[in-house]
Amino acid sequence: MDIENSFFDEMYTKDGQVRAPYILYNQWLANQDSAKLIKKSREAEAFFRRIGITFNVYGKEMSKERLIPFDLIPRIIANTEWTHLAKGIEQRVRAINAFLLDIYGSQEILKAGHIPTELIHQNDAFLGQMIGMKPPGDVFTHIVGTDIVRTGENEFFVLEDNVRTPSGVSYMLENRETMLNMFPELFSQNKVQPVNNYPKMLKESLVSCAPKSCSEKPTIAILTPGIHNSAYFEHSFLADQMGVELVESQDLRVINGHVAMRTTRGYKNIDVLYRRVDDEYLDPLNFRPESMLGIPGIFDVYRAGNITIANAPGTGIADDKAIYSYMPDIIKFYTGETALLQNVKTWRCSEPRALQYVLENLSKLVVKEVHGSGGYGMLVGPAASKKELSAFTSKLKRNPKNYIAQPTLALSTVPIFTKKQLAPRHVDLRPFALVSPKKIKVTPGGLTRVALKAGSLVVNSSQGGGTKDTWVLGE
Amino acid sequence: MLGKTAGGIYWMFRLLERNENTARLVEAGFRIALTRSQSPVSEWKSVIKTAGVETYYEIKYGTYDATNVIDFLLRDTSNPSSVMSTIENARTNARMVRTALTTEVWEAVNESWMTLKTLLNRPIQETELPTILGTIRRNCALVRGSMYGTMLRNEIFDFAALGIALERADNTARIINVKYHTFIPSTDFFGSSLDDIHWETILRSVSGYRSFGWANDNEMSASSIAEYLILDPRFPRSLKFCYTTLIQNLDNLSRNCTAVESCQIKANAVFTHLENNSIKSIFKYGLHSFMKDFIKETNELGSQIELNYQFYH
Repeated sequence: MDIENSFFDEMYTKDGQVRAPYILYNQWLANQDSAKLIKKSREAEAFFRRIGITFNVYGKEMSKERLIPFDLIPRIIANTEWTHLAKGIEQRVRAINAFLLDIYGSQEILKAGHIPTELIHQNDAFLGQMIGMKPPGDVFTHIVGTDIVRTGENEFFVLEDNVRTPSGVSYMLENRETMLNMFPELFSQNKVQPVNNYPKMLKESLVSCAPKSCSEKPTIAILTPGIHNSAYFEHSFLADQMGVELVESQDLRVINGHVAMRTTRGYKNIDVLYRRVDDEYLDPLNFRPESMLGIPGIFDVYRAGNITIANAPGTGIADDKAIYSYMPDIIKFYTGETALLQNVKTWRCSEPRALQYVLENLSKLVVKEVHGSGGYGMLVGPAASKKELSAFTSKLKRNPKNYIAQPTLALSTVPIFTKKQLAPRHVDLRPFALVSPKKIKVTPGGLTRVALKAGSLVVNSSQGGGTKDTWVLGE
Repeated sequence: MLGKTAGGIYWMFRLLERNENTARLVEAGFRIALTRSQSPVSEWKSVIKTAGVETYYEIKYGTYDATNVIDFLLRDTSNPSSVMSTIENARTNARMVRTALTTEVWEAVNESWMTLKTLLNRPIQETELPTILGTIRRNCALVRGSMYGTMLRNEIFDFAALGIALERADNTARIINVKYHTFIPSTDFFGSSLDDIHWETILRSVSGYRSFGWANDNEMSASSIAEYLILDPRFPRSLKFCYTTLIQNLDNLSRNCTAVESCQIKANAVFTHLENNSIKSIFKYGLHSFMKDFIKETNELGSQIELNYQFYH
């Protein structure tokens, strides 16, 4: 295999030695016939198509369903590495919940001067309607999908805290299922920690956050924007796995102070709504009067304490890219601890000196929109053409507040399987944390996204990325 | 269960049933055209009429010939009842109600969709038609088999069964309705080979040729065939059989309710009407009028079900 010298490869050292977590896997791989692996790879694709793990690409024809390419080489994480990651994620998620409770409450952190007040109050992600609200169980972020990148042996960074409606967990589960089907022997050789109880834990977690007024077994439903949404497969997958109803806003209405779904026997109350729609499409009465989408009055039910919305409205203020740069302070402020996981250095273009630096070093940096996601609207300096660089320069000058910049990270690589040989490709990692009033649980594994194009640093599935099964080894 | 889910299941299975019925109509039409016993034009025309897509077809083509009719019924997505449209929409409904389906049923419908998409992506040659029609039928059998073999007998199953039975009743009634003239004894053709061919086509288009032979000792006559299609309680596509199924599943749905739904009243009324008639009295009343009434009542029953079980908001 070719090793690109400048990047940290998670499987092989620079002199071609196999790193510890991959030793057993590598032995197995050496004994495989490559023609057989090519066949397996095709089988995996057919399997994904048959069970319908497809996604819709925005901007493409409505009916176009695409597969996210699956690579059959697993990404393996050592137990010690994982322990560190899981602790770091837990700490961060704990701090984020405390931050949200505070920012929509007495705003101690602003009073203490750790974050500029206008950054909160003039932020579109700050939801005024949530001021003074305490969600059931004091949980704001029931499900978190923290994006982590690695740049060296012990260098892990948090790239983004996805605390709105993170997706990808169905791939974590289905990728594992596929690997178990294709290569069962690997799982008797390696001690891989299971991920398959995620749906069960998610359900327990949602149940534990039911409103106080709910005396019986809570009724849970997942709210999806519908079959044309890019993550529809995941919505139906999770509903299926948890055994709960999958609803759209047309199925719901507010009756007698409760949110109820239209069943064949009339309307039935819902206690916990795991919504996979954005805040602004939740309630046209309270948020977006012009929107036809959403459930009119659901926010009033929420305010009255008669429904749990997961994640809570307004959590976006915590994963806003401008707030991100304050995360080490936020962690310190609420937990009294130093952040276990590092933040990526971030220049806030709203600050004149930072903007100047960014403009002067644009070709070395990654520039992101403050509210952007999915790899859209971002600039990867080193890969950009002169034309793109100059276009971004004017964008930055016109509306600096809308952008942040970060150094181009030397993302670690993991080999992918190609017909000729193994080839290193850049990866990131999204583990999933579940929050209940008493504990935070991080599932040992996650979604590894991999840029399939050689040299590419963009791993988003909407931009041609693939996925891998992610193994966390046992002790 | 959600009203939307009930509606999705019901329509998924209605559309799959229609998918198979359309394929069978093409098969029967193709057979009669091959015998060249009479004008294939009128035969293709009655096929289009039976499928209920006359208006759509005539806007597009105007004249009737095998190539256009076959293409229109199998591949054309502007025809809502074509095999391609129905499998596409059945699968969309299945995706919508994915959480109410077993893995087996979902995979069967998804695989059928993938197979038919590939199969029907280019114009069909006459030589490959039998194979293609066979594949369509096999795929429908696969979905239905998975449904009967793996689904829990609960209300989800009842809505699926209602969709199948209602579409079947409608389909059989349409076939009789369009072909009613072949049931009317005419001195010229009575007992002629032409009648035999017509009757065979009718029976084949409801997959009932062989079973009719068993049930009636191969004695083909207008009244025995009409009786078989309308009143025989053993034939799974007869009107009476379909209504028995409808009533049974509607009863299951209302088992835990005190109130009788209006759709139940309707279904029972239609069934009683079938019970109270013999093939003689039906012919006396007029086969054509009888079928027209039946189709209308069945449509109304469909609307009642949608209303009673809140498919839409």
